[in-house]
Amino acid sequence: MFERLKDRVNGNPALLRRGKTCSTRFLLEMGEESYLVDIREGRIEAVTKGPFNMTSWTFALRAPRDAWTEFFKPIPRPGYQDILGLAKRKLLRIEGNLHPFMAHLLYFKEALASLRPEARA
Amino acid sequence: MKPNFEPIVGRYLSIELAGRPHRLYVEEAGQGTPLLCLHTAGSDTRQYRALMNDARVTRDYRVIAFDMPWHGKSSPPVGWQDEEYRLTTEAYVAMILAVMAALGLDKPVVMGCSIGGRVILHLALDHPEKFRAIIGLESAAHAEPYYDLAWLHRGDVHGGEVAAGVVSGLVAPTAPQESRWETLWHYMQSGPGVFKGDLYFYTKDGDIRDRVANIDTRRCPLFLLTGEYDYSCTAEATLELGRLIKGAEVKIMEGLGHFPMSEDPEKFLGYLLPVLDRIQGGLASRAA
Repeated sequence: MFERLKDRVNGNPALLRRGKTCSTRFLLEMGEESYLVDIREGRIEAVTKGPFNMTSWTFALRAPRDAWTEFFKPIPRPGYQDILGLAKRKLLRIEGNLHPFMAHLLYFKEALASLRPEARA
Repeated sequence: MKPNFEPIVGRYLSIELAGRPHRLYVEEAGQGTPLLCLHTAGSDTRQYRALMNDARVTRDYRVIAFDMPWHGKSSPPVGWQDEEYRLTTEAYVAMILAVMAALGLDKPVVMGCSIGGRVILHLALDHPEKFRAIIGLESAAHAEPYYDLAWLHRGDVHGGEVAAGVVSGLVAPTAPQESRWETLWHYMQSGPGVFKGDLYFYTKDGDIRDRVANIDTRRCPLFLLTGEYDYSCTAEATLELGRLIKGAEVKIMEGLGHFPMSEDPEKFLGYLLPVLDRIQGGLASRAA
């Protein structure tokens, strides 16, 4: 699922513009699976699947597989439509240095939502 | 060619609030029963523009909304540059009553969303005789912050961008794109620290959990409408209000989130118009 971030984001000029000042590496966890996402000026340079040995990242978004599965539905059920909604339900943990995440919050939300099957570009 | 004006008219009102002169932006449309609308935290009256442009509402209602001080086109008071803006229950309630008095509104219907949906509970409890009916949108007795509010006002994060980012997920996923993004634009335009200052009321000072059961709906009918996708003022929190307040009429709105009047006006009107019809028909007051 997360591997598709590269095509979805890099093929979306509006998202690239929104993330233009964002360069970071963050960790995504879906249950036991982990992914590192490298972003340079809004462009997804790489999505690398773990496991990792002593790697560094700026911030991490971790949620169980069920939570992401519901989040990625075209119309998720109430409370699962948004990563802060998942956080409020204690299903998603947001950890690390949150500055790049909060400074580009709409970019990250839109990037993850772009993985929905019927996501509007 | 005649200019294609909307029926909404806006004016500036000079008014004293908390002993200080203020300049408030007020807009209205329609005629009949006054319907005073209160916007959400960090936004402004534009949230109600669809209602003000809908003849099904304005036929029987004079819809009025004002930008709170610091919001929209209402200025902060003189000296603001040396203050931290923080909305308190006392100031919020007094502001609403002062605007009603200044406009000469006689027993209006009041409708508020989010922080407005909270303050109407204070109005229902402490000033029920001043209103014909009270409508709460996204009402809860209390809200726990689910992120660190400090992110909303700091020099190294754009306040408008982060405010829109924070609230974007509160819009239902089914909302029309143009309405979703207009709702977010209002947040992007908020002044530095204003959204955060409003949330002082929302998360702290406006907590009414210990008093809410004392609301007497025989003195003023109370309607509570909450969108199912609102994870800030949740359906559960509104249903809990319905259990605590005898006579309150609660409706959970399907396919709507935290900003029903602006994120998906047509869907919202499907829920609001029957309530307005009932109030207009006197059904609610007869029930009282």
